[in-house]
Amino acid sequence: MNIASAGNAVQAAEAVVSPGNERIVEAMNRRYEAGFVTDIATDSLPPGLDEGVVRWISKRKGEPEWMTDWRLAAYRHWLTMHSPEWAKLRIGAIDFQAISYFAAPKQGPKSLDEVDPKLLETYDKLGVPLHERAKLAGVAVDAVFDSVSVGTTFRKELAEAGVIFCSMSEAIREHPDLVRRYIGSVVPQGDNFFAALNSAVFSDGSFVFIPKGVRCPMELSTYFRINAGHTGQFERTLIIAEEGASVSYLEGCTAPMRDENQLHAAVVELVALDDASIKYSTVQNWYPGDENGVGGIYNFVTKRGDCRGARSKIIWTQVETGSAITWKYPSCVLRGDDSTGEFHSVALTHHCQQADTGTKMIHIGRNTKSKIIAKGISAGRGQNTYRGLVKVEKGAVGARNYTQCDSLLIGKRCGAHTFPYIEVKHPSAIVEHEATTSKISDEQMFYCRSRGISEEDAVSLIVDGFCKQVFRELPMEFAVEAKKLLEVSLEGAVG
Amino acid sequence: MLKIENLHVRVGGREILKGLSLEAKAGEVHAIMGPNGAGKSTLGNVLAGREGYEVTEGSVEYDRTNLLELEPEERAAAGVFLAFQYPVEIPGVNNTYFLRSALNAQRKRRGEAELDSVQFLKRVREKLAVLHLKDELLHRAVNEGFSGGEKKRNEIFQMALLEPKLAVLDETDSGLDIDALKMVADGVNAMRDPSRAFIVITHYQRLLDYIVPDFVHVLADGRIVESGDKTLALKLEEHGYAWVAQRTVAGAG
Repeated sequence: MNIASAGNAVQAAEAVVSPGNERIVEAMNRRYEAGFVTDIATDSLPPGLDEGVVRWISKRKGEPEWMTDWRLAAYRHWLTMHSPEWAKLRIGAIDFQAISYFAAPKQGPKSLDEVDPKLLETYDKLGVPLHERAKLAGVAVDAVFDSVSVGTTFRKELAEAGVIFCSMSEAIREHPDLVRRYIGSVVPQGDNFFAALNSAVFSDGSFVFIPKGVRCPMELSTYFRINAGHTGQFERTLIIAEEGASVSYLEGCTAPMRDENQLHAAVVELVALDDASIKYSTVQNWYPGDENGVGGIYNFVTKRGDCRGARSKIIWTQVETGSAITWKYPSCVLRGDDSTGEFHSVALTHHCQQADTGTKMIHIGRNTKSKIIAKGISAGRGQNTYRGLVKVEKGAVGARNYTQCDSLLIGKRCGAHTFPYIEVKHPSAIVEHEATTSKISDEQMFYCRSRGISEEDAVSLIVDGFCKQVFRELPMEFAVEAKKLLEVSLEGAVG
Repeated sequence: MLKIENLHVRVGGREILKGLSLEAKAGEVHAIMGPNGAGKSTLGNVLAGREGYEVTEGSVEYDRTNLLELEPEERAAAGVFLAFQYPVEIPGVNNTYFLRSALNAQRKRRGEAELDSVQFLKRVREKLAVLHLKDELLHRAVNEGFSGGEKKRNEIFQMALLEPKLAVLDETDSGLDIDALKMVADGVNAMRDPSRAFIVITHYQRLLDYIVPDFVHVLADGRIVESGDKTLALKLEEHGYAWVAQRTVAGAG
């Protein structure tokens, strides 16, 4: 795969624009600020998928035999499955043989100091505080570039607290017992089509282990970036919080602008034992494609948390502004008595973006509680669907759910859809669902403008107010970033 | 400061203003009175630049510029303020944040330095003290869940903070009890200044007991049919709008 040629293609496209249009080009480029390609030698597999590819990936990563077998079992299961069709999405046929299942920067880094300076530059551009900046910001970062993890900061400081935060590949090598015990225990290999594919070919991801009684001393964070063309990204993240442990984890994602669709099929598994809590926040800014729906990431992700222990708590917070298509339902299985699951989401679709996203709250334990706050924003021709399941099983005495689902429409050609599924098998359950759909009204726009606020700023102001409840749940720096992302993503939505 | 000449305005295909002329100088307070449907609110909206108000004839000159050519946000930065008859709710947007965004957007457009949060809050405190307002309003979302009176008070507070050169109050007194009315009037009176003009649109004479105007104009059927000093308002109160209509018809005949 020749990365340099893709980079040149972008430049060539810009060169045809006449000088008078520089400002427009500039504005267009600003719309997706992460849309650059890093010119770096990569080592990638040719496109195609068979057992040989699965074995090659496993071997290349130096995995033990059980891991190879686990992957092969997933692959064989995947062959019997079909791509899900129930979502309200129009997805072009995906040729799984045209995708390259592994791409890595050629020089494998051994420590952060050996990381290719160009890579570090990339993360600098993205605002990832990988190097010294990490220390100032006090955030430990694991950065995944294409398929492999390129370095984890703050390793030593975390180790002193007994926290393990490393790449998945490393965890398989260094902590095989932990990985073997928990991997696939929340999202089994055959859970769904994309999870099965991920289980077969996952190339890296992050691994977090917080031992009993430990409160993780800092926010943990992973930055994912797809750089190489024609590649898929299949990372797998596993977070385990033992009894009484707690952790807050953030992930951010970007990709260059390309006119092909690229597949991102990740799996995230969270396990919270007795009294443990995990807070998982995502700011997703994958390349959304252009105004006409050409290119962009297919973001087909399975995220699930298991509140395995009593009084455990899992909170998902997501701000989804990117991707051509999003298919994602971060869920909580409330197995432990008195456990709590929360889902706070902002999903934005502009131009031709489509999102079918929501959550599942499965109440199994007694007195389990869940809360869902979902905010959908549609602009341009964007289609935004909330799909959520609240299920109260037979033994879930005293289960309680509150769902609030709000949609905001900007313009006349977009759509918002809500599909709430509620299944209750215990009479003591209390399940509430509130939904609203609103538009940014001409009245609101005129009111803001008559006070001196420009049209675009008025839209971001109103959208920001609409999302307030969710932004409040994000760590401070991420809330600021999320707000900026929404502003950039909504440029040109009005007028 | 403001010179409106022979203004004709159509809304939804219907002509509402039919040749309105009005001149207001800095330091003056003009009251516009008139029956329902005379075009009072249309005047306010046209001055602030609301969409859907089509000017078919006439001109509006403000500070030696053609006001009608400016976008609403440009008019705001130039010092035009409209206190809404029905202030709009913006859920989730903090009132203080909204006001700071508005003030700084205006300042930026005028080429002035933006205020940081310390400077801004200082200004807020000053204005609150003058208006005898509770700062509780500041922490809530813009007009969300406000009572009718609170919304109107918030409009006056915004006006005080933005310090416009031309303030248009569109029936700010409607739906207010006497205490709220006094508060609104006190706010306006505190802001009366040789460099500032007010256009106070009202249906009732009551407000003018508290905001004493320099001029009173009667707006009927899309144009100013009678102008005078504050005593005109009292005559209207006594005789009703029918009296003006009769006089106009008689005058025309």
